[in-house]
Amino acid sequence: MTTLRSATRRVPPPALSLVLAAALVTGLAGADWRQFRGNDSSSVAPGEKPPLAWGDTENIAWKIPLSGRGLSGPIIVGDRVYLTSSDGFDQDRLLVECYDVKTGVRRWRRTFQATGRTQCHSKMANATPTPASDGKRIFAFYSSNDLVCLDLDGNLQWYRGLTHDYPNASNSLGMASSPVVIGDTVIVQVESQSESFATGLDVATGTTRWHRKQHRFDNWSSPIALTGKDPAKSLVLLQNMVGLTALDARTGREAWQYDQPASRTPSSVVANGTVYIPSNGLTVVRPSGTDKKTPEIAWKNNRFSSGTPSPLVYRGKVFTMSGPIVKCGDASTGKLLWQLRLKGAFTSSPVAANGHLYYFGETGATYVVDVTGAKGKIVAENAMGATILCTPAIADNAVFVRSNGHLWKISK
Amino acid sequence: MTQRLPARLLTASATLLLLTASVPADAAAPAELISAIKSVDKKGKGNRAAREAVAELSGSEPAVLLPLLAAFRNANPLATNYLRSAAETIVDRSIAAKKKLPRKRLEAFITDRKNDPQARRLAFEIVERVDDTVVDRLIPGMLTDPNPVFRRQAVARLLDLAGRLQKENQQDLARSLYKRTLQGATDDDQVKTIAKLLRKMGEKVDLPRHFGFLTNWHIVGPFDNTGSKGFNVAYPPEKQVDLKAKLKGKLGAATWKSYKTTNDFGIVDIAKQISPYKGAVMYCTTVFESKTPRSIQFRLGTPNAWKLWVNDRQVFANEEYHRGMKLDQYSVPVTLRAGSNTILLKICQNEQDQDWAQRYQFQVRTCDVSGIAVLSADRSAALFPSKETRP
Repeated sequence: MTTLRSATRRVPPPALSLVLAAALVTGLAGADWRQFRGNDSSSVAPGEKPPLAWGDTENIAWKIPLSGRGLSGPIIVGDRVYLTSSDGFDQDRLLVECYDVKTGVRRWRRTFQATGRTQCHSKMANATPTPASDGKRIFAFYSSNDLVCLDLDGNLQWYRGLTHDYPNASNSLGMASSPVVIGDTVIVQVESQSESFATGLDVATGTTRWHRKQHRFDNWSSPIALTGKDPAKSLVLLQNMVGLTALDARTGREAWQYDQPASRTPSSVVANGTVYIPSNGLTVVRPSGTDKKTPEIAWKNNRFSSGTPSPLVYRGKVFTMSGPIVKCGDASTGKLLWQLRLKGAFTSSPVAANGHLYYFGETGATYVVDVTGAKGKIVAENAMGATILCTPAIADNAVFVRSNGHLWKISK
Repeated sequence: MTQRLPARLLTASATLLLLTASVPADAAAPAELISAIKSVDKKGKGNRAAREAVAELSGSEPAVLLPLLAAFRNANPLATNYLRSAAETIVDRSIAAKKKLPRKRLEAFITDRKNDPQARRLAFEIVERVDDTVVDRLIPGMLTDPNPVFRRQAVARLLDLAGRLQKENQQDLARSLYKRTLQGATDDDQVKTIAKLLRKMGEKVDLPRHFGFLTNWHIVGPFDNTGSKGFNVAYPPEKQVDLKAKLKGKLGAATWKSYKTTNDFGIVDIAKQISPYKGAVMYCTTVFESKTPRSIQFRLGTPNAWKLWVNDRQVFANEEYHRGMKLDQYSVPVTLRAGSNTILLKICQNEQDQDWAQRYQFQVRTCDVSGIAVLSADRSAALFPSKETRP
């Protein structure tokens, strides 16, 4: 019900049935931010107008302390914020928390005990993957490969321990890949040197729909959806060091494969049926009309390399970040349009709204860049006063972002 | 709900009723629901029945918390998470409805160390929500608790107290308290802090003994691991450990040699103590004496790929190179037999040439499930070796 309220808030009645139909098929609605980089993994929040500038006392709707650590971003479903964290000396206590969007008051918290290995790089946390939602359920995933499904009120629906199932599926540096929900399947990509697989699980029961062995090498990128005219035939795209593979999201059957090495940390992005892959800089492919097994390469440009932040496509432009350098290109041709130097290191992927990109740095410095003109322009530099590693969410004309210590709602 | 449960679950519920027999009569144990939860297993098996059971249990009265917590015993880690979730939901609803929680019985459950350590911790967190005095009342008595989270809290408090005594120049009291505190400490940050303070006070602390590191090894090698292919090659030590054998290694004849590590954290550094081999396999063996058959954990840290055998049975293997090394990086449950137990470790180095990929080392310790050292029966050194400072 929360989801419907959320959808109706912004959609006029004649369009409601279309939105509901789409939501039933894809599990997504417009006003929410339901997974890593948003509903369609684009990092773009259409129609949202979060503030450009903020400070300790300006445009902070609320700021609440957190008891656990995490690089996972918050997600927004209706009038609630959902957040995962991990705490304890071994990071083995898993937290899923629900907060009220308007007030920041915590509605509930559930704790679980990790069933897989919790070791991570000191910069990371067990709660590194961002949770996902289909609008009815929350899928909380952790580096320990614990996958918890709760309903929106915190009632446990099912629990899978994927390292409990596959004891070698772990990485001593930590896992980071976030789950994606496509239709009625939740998909996770678990790739490490010692064991690798991707699996699609029934959202309602957590039972395995498909399980596919993957290349044995560590990988931190996240799966994304490629939805065509028929949402029932949506594909899931799995990126790793050997390329990018498109599978039928419900059956796991391979559709096509891009076979050039791709990055293992930043994730691909889809815009208008075209896939922007961090591979050889940036390689842009689209499913081929003739050769069904090999995608057609639209363009590639090795000047658009990505560090940890994922590429972003917004208003006909593509943006990548390597080190503190933002590069902007023409999304159709790959022509470099401009570049801009920010300061510091960045783990968080940028998010976009109302003609601006929001970059949250590891030093706590945030940069709001106006990308509507011929050149990118920093219009605000805001200090969070804490290390920010998560990818934020945008909803309710606000930016939601977390550190290891706090969760903020930045809005007027 | 009962109608949907298979007959074997109902049989299991009888067992559970026996298990929870000590629960007061007013806590009507919904045994079959708990049995459904405890039947959940790997790969999603039993998820649906477990979810339905959690949904029904979540609407229960607070008294049901006790049988839920008791059911943690012998439950697999998936099932305990279902039980935990049901318990937390009951608590949320009870607090919202201003219903009283069975605080005294929960507290009795916490203090009874025979109960499951995780369940006791959950009970503690439940009581803490309605009574914040529970920390001061119970934690001081938990220095040697089977639950490491309780121990950590108890250690932190004592460390704080000993630090204050030291500042007040009460050195002997502080020294004595630090020694006592070390008994409960197993997290390496706390152990390092205490050991550093004691050593600063002139005390000797045998950290390898405290952690239960295996320090005496026989090692042979290198065997070939070019292209990381040696990981799956069964070289002669995998067929038989004969310390007198002359074996054919990668660089010619290879014989077993004795190595003892004196490193505080039991690290055997092959690269530094033997040779910085690349594309190599080394075998390391030792013997662990146990007075009785028992279950323990082998905890291993290494940046290299490895396989571990206990009494000729492979207990785990992990083919991961240069993704860091940490105390207790891997925990492997092992059942020991009474008498001598032969340990064989295969440790593999690949051929990466980056600076950060040169470590070739390992540490192994033996402990109980909570991290407290379990020592070989022939180990005699005292934790505080010097006689005059023994507590």
